[in-house]
Amino acid sequence: MSQPNNFGFGEEEQMLADAAARYFAEQLPVDQLHKLVADNPDPHRDKHSPWAEAQWREMVELGWTQLAVPEDAGGLGMPAVGVAGLMEQAGRAAFPGPLLSTLCSTYVLAHCNGEGAVAAFEAIIEGHAITLAMTDQYGSWNAADTDVSYADGSLNGTACFVQDANRSDSFIVSARGPNGIGLYWVSKGAAGVAIACDAIVDLTRDQARVSFSDVSAVELSAQGTGQEVLDSARPALLMLLAADMVGAAEWQLQTTVEYAGTREQFGHSLGFFQAVKHPLVDLMIMIDHAKSLVYNAACALDTEPENALQFALMAQSAACDAAAYGCSRSVQYHGGIGFTWECYVHLYFKRQKHSEMWLGDGAYQREQLAQLLIEDRSIA
Amino acid sequence: MNDARKDTQEQADFRQYCRDWLNANAPEPPQVRLPQTPLEIMTTEQMDYLRPWQKAAHEAGLVGADYPEDCGGGGRNDCQRIANQEMHAHGTPFFPNVIGLGMAAPTVFHHGSEELKRELLPGLLSGEDIWCQGFSEPGAGSDLASVQTFAERDGDNWVINGHKVWTSLAHFAEWMILLLRTDKSDKYNGLTYFVVPIRSALGNGVTVRPLIKITGETGFNEVIFEHLVVHDRYRLDDVGKGWQVAMTTLLHERGAGTLVTPTAGGMRNTKGESTSRAAMASALIALATKAHRNGKLASEDPVIRDKLMSLFIRQEGLRQSQRRAQVQALTDHPMRIPLQGKLLMTEIQQESAALALEIEGMASSLYLADENAPESGKWPLSYMNSFGMTIAAGTSEVQRNILGERVLGLAKSK
Repeated sequence: MSQPNNFGFGEEEQMLADAAARYFAEQLPVDQLHKLVADNPDPHRDKHSPWAEAQWREMVELGWTQLAVPEDAGGLGMPAVGVAGLMEQAGRAAFPGPLLSTLCSTYVLAHCNGEGAVAAFEAIIEGHAITLAMTDQYGSWNAADTDVSYADGSLNGTACFVQDANRSDSFIVSARGPNGIGLYWVSKGAAGVAIACDAIVDLTRDQARVSFSDVSAVELSAQGTGQEVLDSARPALLMLLAADMVGAAEWQLQTTVEYAGTREQFGHSLGFFQAVKHPLVDLMIMIDHAKSLVYNAACALDTEPENALQFALMAQSAACDAAAYGCSRSVQYHGGIGFTWECYVHLYFKRQKHSEMWLGDGAYQREQLAQLLIEDRSIA
Repeated sequence: MNDARKDTQEQADFRQYCRDWLNANAPEPPQVRLPQTPLEIMTTEQMDYLRPWQKAAHEAGLVGADYPEDCGGGGRNDCQRIANQEMHAHGTPFFPNVIGLGMAAPTVFHHGSEELKRELLPGLLSGEDIWCQGFSEPGAGSDLASVQTFAERDGDNWVINGHKVWTSLAHFAEWMILLLRTDKSDKYNGLTYFVVPIRSALGNGVTVRPLIKITGETGFNEVIFEHLVVHDRYRLDDVGKGWQVAMTTLLHERGAGTLVTPTAGGMRNTKGESTSRAAMASALIALATKAHRNGKLASEDPVIRDKLMSLFIRQEGLRQSQRRAQVQALTDHPMRIPLQGKLLMTEIQQESAALALEIEGMASSLYLADENAPESGKWPLSYMNSFGMTIAAGTSEVQRNILGERVLGLAKSK
């Protein structure tokens, strides 16, 4: 199969992206975001982080949280390229809420055959937030690594680095049984579930260790099939996270360009100096590559799934590079003020450093890609 | 084919016509070794192979498809890109008159008199007249507007004196596009643009001397003007408007102009190796699976793997950005992606060659005349030549200034 020239980004997708851009500009401008999440700079503040719960509820009403739920499961069945457009705007707003987690969970559920998946889709349609509990104590990026075990219908162990754990209503848990990895659906309030918040750097996110003690769970994907499901969903997860990072990187670029245009030293605005101008151009180019690769990966999910993984690995590698460079340049070029809590760039700096690590950094994606392109020789 | 999806009826018909014509008429690979780009054509044997190819493609309508018929064009509507796609897909040789097609033709078309267009464009498009570009001077490189080569008015004529450098293809050229100073008191408004017949004036006001490149090869020249007399009818646009005309040339040179440049390429050499840029990443992977490094294959070395994939991703990123530039909803500033093209293509090419040297290791020390050189010394040659591309047509530094100022709106450097 081949892709349409316009990535499948049509009128509906454009309307959604425009609506999202307007929504975030009006409902969560950066000064309000800062008031909401950066109210307390104390590193020893309460681990429970404030979040945009009211806006999340509005998104549920707008239907954005169920965009990716397939039509035959009662959802909107939006093509991935449209979901990418929404995610890019959410990243640009550094949205503090379980949108990314819920969309990622949706793509995992889409590959699950178990009865539970239907019910989980229904929950999302009703406005529930669902997140993935699939990472071990070492933060492994390998889908096969989990510290949760499954036996006789119940889960035991701890999932670490669980995103939006406090903001979600339920978890998709990856657990190992005698016959391999399976996926299970657990309500946050189920007996035996304990959530211990992490104290994290990123002010826009929420992360926790989620422990399971004899928790009974609904099967989403049977033992031995869980890794395949996670592998199948991986391109979508990488694409969504990369879209978020591209949006955030664009904010870093535009904000820094604006500052470099107004701040004057030595009788010129900062942007006059090529030591500032050229790196900002390089950042723009890195963002453009990442953005183009995100839409290419999203379009591949819709039209040529056999190539989606390699394109998603490229997108995430490029997004990590753009994020890392955007972080360092945005703080550096804001100078002294950029080093303070009152300057908004730290919100995005922290969010991007968090995003760079969640599903594997750039070097990890490139090694995965090398295995595809060098060992398997599968260049699309 | 992906490219065919959005064709108009005219484009679809033309695409089929191009395919049929290429299947029947595309030339066989040459007996002589061709250079890596048309700017490095050195010998008459190379030119004698390439010129008839351009002539045949022009006669068939694959060159100049969008130019008016009375200018030697095909009079079609947005069909040159179709011909280009088909010629690249077919793997044809490139065209020799690359400066004529890419820079002179759109400049003459936008700024020349009707009479001049009809006189010059047919020979340019057919490749009968090779063109070269007289912009840079010993004292005017990135600061192009400081050119000093002077044209003094003498009735209906102009008398030209001065010195142009880095003039590719001047040793084959009939014609030159020439940026000249006509007023020493005004830097930008003191420039005027001409088209000048140089071949007929060799030894009579024009001297062309080869310059030796970093590679040891010739390929470009210096051109010296001593009292060359040129008629006023060869002036493009008004006296003092040379800078504005030069901008049209530069925009097209950097691939961001309004007229699509006829291009061909992708031909495999006699060993069956593709010469196109798109194949470069695959070529590097193939190289890495043969070269040895630290007791194993270079392709098993984690640092080499990371560099290979970084490059591959950048190349795909550029390709997808060029695709995205056509989707208005996914772009903000209309020139944001087009103005990146020249910078990125040349830098990616340079990094590819540098990485190839790293992969070859000690064998990268072997050059063209060494029988043991991998791929006949292609990669050290490519790496050295790549600097021609990052310096010519506005250095990478000038490109970053343009992007920073025109797209990001940062303050203009002096």
